[in-house]
Amino acid sequence: MNYPPAIIAEAMVNGLLTGSVYALVALGLTLVYGVLHIINFAHGALLTCAMFAVWALVTFTGISPYAAILPLALAFFAGGYVLQRYLIGPASHGDDSNILLVTLGLSIAIENALLAAFHADTRNLEGDFGFQVIELGPMLISRPKLIGFAAAVAVAGLLWLLLARTDTGRAIRAVAKEKLGARLMGIEVGHIYGVTFGIGCACLAVAACLLMPSFYVNPRVGNAFVLVAFTIVVLGGMGSVAGALLGGLFIGMVESLGGLLLGDSLGQLGIFVIFILVLLFRPTGLFGARA
Amino acid sequence: MLDVSGLRAGYGGVEVLRGLDLSVAEGEILAVLGANGVGKTTLNKVLSGVLPASSGEIRFCGETITRASAAHIVAAGLIQVPEGRKIFPDLSVRENLILGSYRRGKPDRARNLEHVLDVFPRLRERLAQMGGTLSGGEQQMLAIGRGMMAEPKLLILDEPSLGLSPLLVEEMYALIRRLNTEGLSIMLVEQNVVQSLEIAARAMILENGACALSGPASDLAANPELKRAYLGM
Ligand SMILES: Nc1ncnc2c1ncn2[C@@H]1O[C@H](COP(=O)(O)OP(=O)(O)OP(=O)(O)O)[C@@H](O)[C@H]1O
Ligand SMILES: [Mg+2]
Repeated sequence: MNYPPAIIAEAMVNGLLTGSVYALVALGLTLVYGVLHIINFAHGALLTCAMFAVWALVTFTGISPYAAILPLALAFFAGGYVLQRYLIGPASHGDDSNILLVTLGLSIAIENALLAAFHADTRNLEGDFGFQVIELGPMLISRPKLIGFAAAVAVAGLLWLLLARTDTGRAIRAVAKEKLGARLMGIEVGHIYGVTFGIGCACLAVAACLLMPSFYVNPRVGNAFVLVAFTIVVLGGMGSVAGALLGGLFIGMVESLGGLLLGDSLGQLGIFVIFILVLLFRPTGLFGARA
Repeated sequence: MLDVSGLRAGYGGVEVLRGLDLSVAEGEILAVLGANGVGKTTLNKVLSGVLPASSGEIRFCGETITRASAAHIVAAGLIQVPEGRKIFPDLSVRENLILGSYRRGKPDRARNLEHVLDVFPRLRERLAQMGGTLSGGEQQMLAIGRGMMAEPKLLILDEPSLGLSPLLVEEMYALIRRLNTEGLSIMLVEQNVVQSLEIAARAMILENGACALSGPASDLAANPELKRAYLGM
């Protein structure tokens, strides 16, 4: 088992890059969990939806997947807001366990609608995205992954700004811990829930735009990502935004190194070993999660 | 400025408020007194629109707000500092105060913040500290300061002296009196009968979900029945 350092470094960098997009998927999941205190079971189906949307936009209009980021993020924000405020929220009658069931039902409905529309086929974007590489010293780095990393970092930065510096962001953090106090300050909890869910969906839309150049889509593809994202969320501490970012990068690296050392098919094994170890020994997460 | 008539409300099938009447005049302190569990906090929740009234009417500054949303009521200037403070634990003191002006008082946020920090110098020293790590007394100051950030027309204080040391209680009452002399109308909900009657213009005693006794605070303070029931004299 002797690998030249350049290969190891390349695997680590590639892992970091992939991990940044994982982080984006995890970000939406952890934010919704932190504020609404529910695990959004529709997250995977919504990611699949977003990936099909990217595929359709690029295939039928010919725009670049990167040009689709802004419009798709806005559309998914609006869709997520409406979904939460006018469907999930009212259907759950304020009971958290009902929200779980509603999101579960939603994911089944979305998946079946996608199956009916697109069948079980797997689709790619036309073009040579997958083969574009950039030489970085002795390393070969995939160009779509590098762009994905930059975009994911930018989105994380924007999200941080929103949460830390705007009234809406402060209200999101306030509602997460103290609903009654927030209502008494005139914060509409239903609106804030909608915004939070919308942001989670917008993160998925961006992730989908970044994934499609180097990945494929079929009606079940989102679930694989969400399983990884869930690991990241647990690793980073449920509800912790910073934890999701660090966790995403870390998991990306584990997967990549695991793939290098154990072979591609076993790469994800490392992720789930970590998942189980964290659950056993640090159920509140590795990265400075606040209890 | 606040007129409540025939107010009924409760939880599920249990009625807590059973036809309550009360009013607060502009610029006064009304003390609402009563034993544990008579429904003082319930009354506040209904006034703030976080618990629906089953019947009756609430008018505030000429507007009927009986079915208004909590956000609308805040926008109208009726601000509550709730029992248990309900501050935002993992927001800093500054952010807690800023969110006080989320719905109302935003244009003058910076000026009001300075004013609140002048009133509570202890908060100024702790602007970056997380709300949840403040002491109980500091949290109460933060809760009141957060309420002041909304430029209240009427401020409802639900047991502001709860859990404070005797010295801080004195300070708290001095502060309430000061806010009132600066022109703020206040509805002070308390168990602390003696001190509340000292600073209030009028008072009412809640019993069984309705007003048992009301009038000028000085009259109530001299009322023999009240002395026996609440002061053990
Ligand atoms: N969420 C609730 N669900 C059911 N019953 C409630 C609820 N909140 C309060 N109650 C009941 O309503 C009654 C009035 O409660 P409330 O909190 O208004 O009393 P209070 O006068 O504020 O008492 P304290 O001085 O102890 O704060 C009590 O019997 C209480 O048990
Ligand atoms: Mg009470």
